[in-house]
Amino acid sequence: MAEKLNIDQIRADFPVLHQQVNKAPLIYFDNAATTQKPKAVMDALTAYYEHDNANIHRGIHTLAERATTAYELTRKKLAAFLNAPSTDQIIFTSGTTAGINLVAQTFGRANVGKGDQIIVSNLEHHSNIVPWQMIAEEKGAEIKVIPVSDQGVLDIEALKGLLNPKVKLVAVNHVSNAIGTINPIAEIISLAHAVGAKVLIDGAQSVAHLAVDVLALDLDFFVFSAHKLFGPTGVGVLYGKRELLEAMPPYQGGGEMIKEVSFSGTTYNELPYKFEAGTPNIADVIAFGAALDYVQAIPAEALAAQEEALLAYATEKLQSIPGLKIVGTAPEKIAVISFVVDGVHPQDIGVLLDKFGIAIRTGHHCAQPLMQRYDLVGTCRASFSFYNTFVEIDRFVLCLEKTLQMLQ
Amino acid sequence: MGQAINDIQEELIEEFGLFDDWADKYEYLIDLGKKLAPMSDAYKTEENVIKGCQSRVWLHAEKQGDLVVFQADSEAIIVKGMISMLIRVLSNHTPAEILAADLYFIDQIGMSQHLAQTRSNGLVSMVKQMQHYALAFS
Repeated sequence: MAEKLNIDQIRADFPVLHQQVNKAPLIYFDNAATTQKPKAVMDALTAYYEHDNANIHRGIHTLAERATTAYELTRKKLAAFLNAPSTDQIIFTSGTTAGINLVAQTFGRANVGKGDQIIVSNLEHHSNIVPWQMIAEEKGAEIKVIPVSDQGVLDIEALKGLLNPKVKLVAVNHVSNAIGTINPIAEIISLAHAVGAKVLIDGAQSVAHLAVDVLALDLDFFVFSAHKLFGPTGVGVLYGKRELLEAMPPYQGGGEMIKEVSFSGTTYNELPYKFEAGTPNIADVIAFGAALDYVQAIPAEALAAQEEALLAYATEKLQSIPGLKIVGTAPEKIAVISFVVDGVHPQDIGVLLDKFGIAIRTGHHCAQPLMQRYDLVGTCRASFSFYNTFVEIDRFVLCLEKTLQMLQ
Repeated sequence: MGQAINDIQEELIEEFGLFDDWADKYEYLIDLGKKLAPMSDAYKTEENVIKGCQSRVWLHAEKQGDLVVFQADSEAIIVKGMISMLIRVLSNHTPAEILAADLYFIDQIGMSQHLAQTRSNGLVSMVKQMQHYALAFS
C-alpha cells in the first residue's frame, strides 16, 4: 500500500489555491493548461533577484559566479530527472513550442528533403503540427497522420502501415492535452527506429504525471515546459541525443552560442550553448530547479495514486449526469476529463462554472484536428493535479448540475 | 421615431438592477438569449461570421429607410443574450446614432467580462463590426 499524501499540508504550499473567486472558494481544475506554483518557487525567484542577480557564464565576479552555478544546477537536476546521460544534452528553451520549432528548423531543415515524410498523430496540439507543416511545405515533404479511435487511442497498426524509409521523423505527444490519452511511446519509438526515422516526443502533458527515462525509451528528442511542472512560465526543456544535437546546425545566432566571431567566419559553441543564443531566462530557470526539488520530494507512487483516485471518482460522478458524454475514454489516461453535454455549448458551461469559482478550460484546446475527428466544436476539460481534492470534485459536480439546469 | 439609445441602456440597467445575485442575472441573460429573434438561415453565411476562439457569431445588417437594422446569432447562449441586448440598444437607429453610442450599460449591469474575453467569443469584434456597418451606411 502506497503512502498517502497529506493533501492539506501540500495545499498549504500553494498560496494561489487559498482565495475566493467570484465570492466562492477557488477550485482550480485547469492544471493541463498550467499548474500552480509552490511557494518554494516564488521564494527562489525572489531570492535570486534579491541576492544573486547577474548575467551568467561570462562574468568573473562573485554574483555572476553564483548565478551561473544556480542556473547550471537546474540543468543537472533536469539531467537526473530525465535520466539523461549528460547535462550537455539538456537545452533550455522558452517552452515546448519553442523546443519543437528548434528541432523543426534545425534537424528538420537539415534532414527532411523533397518527397520525404513526417508523421504526426490526430491527437496532437497545434504546436506539434504547425512547425512540421512549415518545414514540410518549405522542403516539399509530406505530413502523414496516425489515426485515433473513437475512444481516443492511437491506431498503432495504422502507424505500422505508414512507416517506410521516406519517413524522417515521427512527432507525437506522450499524453494528449485535449483528452488525456497516454500514448504507447516506447512502441512508437521502436517502430519508427526500425525504418530509420527519428522521434520527437512532446512531453508537455506528461512530465507532471509520469516518469520519463530518455535512455530506457531510446528517445531522440523530448520537449516540455516548466510551467506545466509547477515551475515558472517562459522556460522549456529540449533533450536530444548527443549525435543528433551535434550534427544539427545552430538555430538562432547571437551571444552565448558562439566560440569565436570574426568577419571572415564564426565558429559555434559546444552543446548545450550552441542552442542557447542570448541571455537566457536565468531567474525562471533557477526557480524551476526549486519546482523540481519540490515535486521530486513527494513520493511518486503516492502522487500517482492520488491522481488516479481523483480521475476515477470524477469520472464516475460525471457519468451520472444525464446528457453528459466523456470524450476520450482510453484505458490509459492521466487525470484529465474532457466532456460535452447534449444541446449545451461548452463555452456557456465554462462561463457559469467560473461564476461558481471553478476554473476549467473550454474550447478546442488547440487540437482542432481532433475536434474535427469527433465532429465537435469543442469540449469542457477538467484537469486535475495531486493538490486537488474529492471535496472539490463534489462541489464541481454539484455546480455543474446547477449550471446545466440554468442552460437547459 | 424609436427610443433613444441611452434610454434603452437605462431600461436594461433598471431590469438588471432587480437581481441581487449573479445566478438570477445570468438566468435573465440566458432567457434573453433564448428569446432572441431567430436569424434567417440565408444570413448565416461564411461572409457574415465573426470567428471567436470558442464560438461563432453571425451578424447581418441592412438599411431600412434611414435606420440600420441588425440580425445576429451565436452558438453559445450567453453570447446570444449579450447579442440580444446589443441589438435592442443599437438596431433601428441611424448610422450617426450608432457611431456616437457609448455602450456604458454593459459595465453597469456587470457583464463587461464578456467583452474583455476578446478571443473567446467574438463579441468585441461584433460591436466593431456593427459600427463598421453604420459607417458604411452613413
